[in-house]
Amino acid sequence: MRQQPSAQATLTGTGLTKIYRTGSVEIHALRGVNVDLYQGELVVLVGPSGSGKSTLLNILGGLDRPTSGEVRFRGSLLGETEAQVTRFRRDHVGFVFQFYNLIASLTAEENVALVTEIARDPLTPKEALTLVGLGDRLSAFPAELSGGEQQRVAIARAIAKQPDVLLCDEPTGALDSATGVVVLEAIDQVNRELGTTTALITHNRSIEGMADRVIRFADGRIASTSENAQRCSPSSLEW
Amino acid sequence: MVIQPLDVKLLRDLWRLRGQGLAIALIVASGVAVLVMSLSAMQALSDSSASYYERYRFADVFASVKRAPRYLGTRIAAIDGVQLVQSRVVHFAMLDMADLQEPVVGRLVSVPDEHPPLLNGLALEQGRLPEPQASDEVVVSAPFAEAHGLELGDRFGALLNGRRRNLEVVGVGLSPEFVYAIGPGALMPDPEHFGILWMSRKTLAAAYDQEGAFNDLALSLWPGYSAEAVIPELDALLAPYGGVGAYPRADQVSHWFLSNEIAQLRTLARILPTIFLLVAAFLTNMVLARLVFMERSEIGLLKAFGYSNLSVVWHYAKLVVALSLVGLLIGWGGGVWLGHWLTTVYTRIFRFPELVFEPELQIFALSLSVSVGSSLIGVITAARYAGGLPPAEAMRPPSPPTFHHRAWLPVGLVRALDQPTRIIFRQVLRRPLRSLLTSLGLAASVGLLIVSMHWLDAIDYMVDQYFYQQQRQDMTIGFVEVEPMRVVRDALGLPGVLAVEPVRTVPARLRSGHIFRREALIGLQPDSELTVLSDARGRRVAVPDEGLLLSAALAEILRVGVGDVVRVEVLEGRRASFDMRVSAVFETVMGTPVYVSLTALNRILREADAVNQLQLVIDGDEEAALFARLQELATVGGVTLKRTATDMFNETIGETMLVMVLFYLGFACIMAFGMVYNNLRIALSERGRELATLRVLGFRKGEISYMLFGEAALLVIGGLPLGCLFGWILASYMAASFDTELYRVPVVIEPSTYGLAVVITLCAVLPSALLVQRRLSRLNLISVLKTRE
Repeated sequence: MRQQPSAQATLTGTGLTKIYRTGSVEIHALRGVNVDLYQGELVVLVGPSGSGKSTLLNILGGLDRPTSGEVRFRGSLLGETEAQVTRFRRDHVGFVFQFYNLIASLTAEENVALVTEIARDPLTPKEALTLVGLGDRLSAFPAELSGGEQQRVAIARAIAKQPDVLLCDEPTGALDSATGVVVLEAIDQVNRELGTTTALITHNRSIEGMADRVIRFADGRIASTSENAQRCSPSSLEW
Repeated sequence: MVIQPLDVKLLRDLWRLRGQGLAIALIVASGVAVLVMSLSAMQALSDSSASYYERYRFADVFASVKRAPRYLGTRIAAIDGVQLVQSRVVHFAMLDMADLQEPVVGRLVSVPDEHPPLLNGLALEQGRLPEPQASDEVVVSAPFAEAHGLELGDRFGALLNGRRRNLEVVGVGLSPEFVYAIGPGALMPDPEHFGILWMSRKTLAAAYDQEGAFNDLALSLWPGYSAEAVIPELDALLAPYGGVGAYPRADQVSHWFLSNEIAQLRTLARILPTIFLLVAAFLTNMVLARLVFMERSEIGLLKAFGYSNLSVVWHYAKLVVALSLVGLLIGWGGGVWLGHWLTTVYTRIFRFPELVFEPELQIFALSLSVSVGSSLIGVITAARYAGGLPPAEAMRPPSPPTFHHRAWLPVGLVRALDQPTRIIFRQVLRRPLRSLLTSLGLAASVGLLIVSMHWLDAIDYMVDQYFYQQQRQDMTIGFVEVEPMRVVRDALGLPGVLAVEPVRTVPARLRSGHIFRREALIGLQPDSELTVLSDARGRRVAVPDEGLLLSAALAEILRVGVGDVVRVEVLEGRRASFDMRVSAVFETVMGTPVYVSLTALNRILREADAVNQLQLVIDGDEEAALFARLQELATVGGVTLKRTATDMFNETIGETMLVMVLFYLGFACIMAFGMVYNNLRIALSERGRELATLRVLGFRKGEISYMLFGEAALLVIGGLPLGCLFGWILASYMAASFDTELYRVPVVIEPSTYGLAVVITLCAVLPSALLVQRRLSRLNLISVLKTRE
């Protein structure tokens, strides 16, 4: 059953800017972004390449530091030290990337167990894999799985620790549309069943329909935000 | 000249891989350095000796007799194949050196009165030969002169056949006969306690009752004649005059040591560089395979542009050749320096008028071809992969590496491991050959450390066994003639003498079937406490009342065992010949001695209670008084102090060994470091992405370090015991190839040597881990994850 997004923000970014310097060139990846991710909601971030969505996600997830601005998790400022940020990722954040980045030497179950072993209150690897529809592929190595299956293992790995936030950067980018739908269904299901606050980056505007809220990026800024009155099921999406 | 774009890429690749490349180049350099060192030192020794032998006409056959008439020389010269005959008078004498209280022994060698020696010529460094009429003139060997600070005109005392002479130094020289000049009972040249003295024939003949006679002989042969063909006839001629059997140049003591050293250098040149170059080839292979894998899309692109397979392979081969050339240049420099050092060390032991160190071009050509050749072996796999990549496939990303359930790990163990540890084990097992070779490479460096440090253990053991366990006397006195048993009682009356045991030695030929061997039969009292012999199991073996006590090495030469009968032909006196049963066999590290009961020996010789040596235990505090008394005794022909023999052994061999061990220690560390550093860098390159993923998943730096270094640690841990085993095998092989009749290098490796080798290896490996740890902590999480591998 679906949990209603509450008014409480899980993650808050305020005045976020990010400037990359490559040689003498400065790239303004973020130009002052304020964003809240509310408890239990599924947010889709869309926008052209280089518009700043990945940078924002990395900063929110503690993979990168903003040039200025601050990130709060449940009202508390994100720690400054490497150890604090690692702790934050370890306890609260799940990541899914376009490339699955599974550990080739571990089976599906073991890839998930990698995370559950260090988590405080995890699902069992089997539960997590069942949630993404892979309950019967527990002992397969990555090389024995299709792209969509590998991505679903990556999702299971990300959500097995029951993170507060699930951040997905182009999770269907490397997949064909049918496989992409299966992966999105897994994400949708996790969001509904576990109430995990989810942010999903995509190039694909047809995915917007599955979101509670859509944030559109352009040129390092939030260009617009809209809410969907009704979330569509991923299976109804087409591209 | 325009540099091809591919060559620009090559230079940039070299620069990018400089750390790993340098590690490989240094391993190549180590191998080349050892090769150049041993070959150049070998060449210096063999060239110097060859020209020395030729210029000063080193003899081909040697013999000694009791006393033979000079006219026998004409008959000897008539033997088919004999070119020149030099009959001489040779004797040992006690010397009285003002600067040294301890006993000093001189070997007196006569020089012809009419002309300079035709054989075994004297290379005079200073002065001239002695005048026939001047009975006190002497030429001394250069090392002896240096050790005692003797200059022309200096005088010192000598006891010639019981008569004290005051000798004047008229020359300082060297002879090809005494390149390696060792005194009786010694193993190392000790110029302080032993010197060669050349005097006029007339003087020595008069002193030793050899007028119109000789007691020593040197022959040269016409080209094409072998010593073996001449010796039987020569022996037959000399036998009536107390000949104790002629021997060829190969058995001449000085030459034997010299050629043995050359042979050992040859062994060194063969074994060690091979190990280094094989390790370098493996590392080259590993680094290049990774490079080619990472550059597979570039390779695809090149091929798509129309570059041929051959030009792609050649491109990578050039990279490897460049690396090994860097190593070669360093190795040449290091090898020449080391070779020069080693040659300098040799000049302290082997004395030539001129030791030439001019490494031949061949040595450099050989090292060039083996180092470049072996590194090209390292190219094969990578080149095959690169050459075989179809352009289209080369530009597709690789699929995840395959792992299988049918691993070698038991299921129960797998379940007990946490995921990071499973990753470590599966990584190791996924590429078993690479893992094995990495462990073996590390094992090679541990083994190298063990084999080099083992020499110190072996020498300690040899010195302890021979000089302390078996030979428990402090001093040995040799008499000029055979003396009656009462000298034992007399000796007990000398100052500081605590215990005395008599010894009688006679030269003999031992024969078993067609095998025979010249050896001194040593007569001992069965209850001897100063010569303590043990069998292979460490049990004490006493000299039997009847029968022979054979050293295991001699038993092996004669192919006899306990209970077998050996024919003994005594080579002096009435030349008795008799059969004797082997009663027991004992172990010894030095020589091939054979013992009999003193009583039985005297009975066979029909001489009542005769001795010609005494073994003494003395009170160190009264040494000086004892030495002074011994100088006065006319019957004493020589005195050997055990202390000076062991000191010399430890000093010369010990010091040289220690420096050698330090060099090998450096080489082994370079190898261990290079091995592990390359392994870690490649592991980081292969798995950086995985490790970044784990960091994103919330693993701490320490936790991912565990996964990266855990694999290397596992391979290192696997390599250590392998290395200990390898060290033992290598030590056994080296010991076997250095095994000689004079001494046997025991395979003695102290537990502490294994321990030290392991600790040193770990210390060499540690910096490589620290260097890679720095890279690991700079891992860029985002860029790694957002790109395809």
